[in-house]
Amino acid sequence: MRAAIIVFPGSNCDHDAYIAFKKILDQPTDFVWHKETNLDSYDLIVLPGGFSYGDYLRCGAIARFSPVMKEVIEKSKLGVKVIGICNGFQILTESGLLPGALTMNKYRQFICKDVNLKVENRQTVFTHLCNEKEVLTIPIAHSEGNYYCSAEELSQLEANNQIVFRYSTPDGNINTEANPNGSIVNIAGIINNTGNVLGMMPHPERNAEHLLGNSDGKKILSSIVDSFRRN
Amino acid sequence: MKVKVKVVLKDGILDPQGKAVLHAINDLKFKGVGDVRIGKYIELTFDSLDQSLVENETKEICQKLLANPVIENFDYEIEELT
Repeated sequence: MRAAIIVFPGSNCDHDAYIAFKKILDQPTDFVWHKETNLDSYDLIVLPGGFSYGDYLRCGAIARFSPVMKEVIEKSKLGVKVIGICNGFQILTESGLLPGALTMNKYRQFICKDVNLKVENRQTVFTHLCNEKEVLTIPIAHSEGNYYCSAEELSQLEANNQIVFRYSTPDGNINTEANPNGSIVNIAGIINNTGNVLGMMPHPERNAEHLLGNSDGKKILSSIVDSFRRN
Repeated sequence: MKVKVKVVLKDGILDPQGKAVLHAINDLKFKGVGDVRIGKYIELTFDSLDQSLVENETKEICQKLLANPVIENFDYEIEELT
């Protein structure tokens, strides 16, 4: 498996993602500047966190038109795996690869803390190494993570089992207290209906080894790597 | 030609900035304001004087970039420079 970490002007979690795939998971990994237009040699595309284009206009709105995104959209249609983390998730919704939008946190704060995340769907290439209904602890760091979509889109997400992660209590209850940012039905991460594009606000690359508190993030990143071994 | 574009959150989309400003207005003891919504104001200056080109491009720019149709509505006014 070869991973491309896309670097936009203002990306700042690109190095964390690079180290997670390259050093911790020992996979061939490259930084790919956003001006690149050919991603033929990659099996996984990572849109990392950060503040692409300074979050001007709307988070992800300008990055979505970077030259590389045309190719990302193209590859995603061919089934190449794409994971967007935080700002990467915002870019995925802006580009229409995932439904909905990420709006300002309900209480206006930038929130940087560990949250509990219930794995709602482990039948995905991104989560199959997690246990059924496992609760992971993974950090978030965002101002605009309040997931919104129309009632119609929400019922489609639910019907197709596309809600992959929800903010929960440590014992897996989904309630308002466990919701850090006001996201609709506590959504923290969703997948597209073909199962190859995942967007999530929490940062699995930030706790992919024990040294950084816990290694729950590694379960997600390892699931991706392992899915290539199985094929 | 100058085009004045307004981008506003759709009804029902939470506007935390608007809420904060409403609280500030209430703290200032103004009694009349019931709600505040904050949007964006964008000016586009076109070199072209071709009204239909300006209108078509404005519409497309708004749909593609300036507004996110999931959460926002837009409106614009074309102003001829004299």
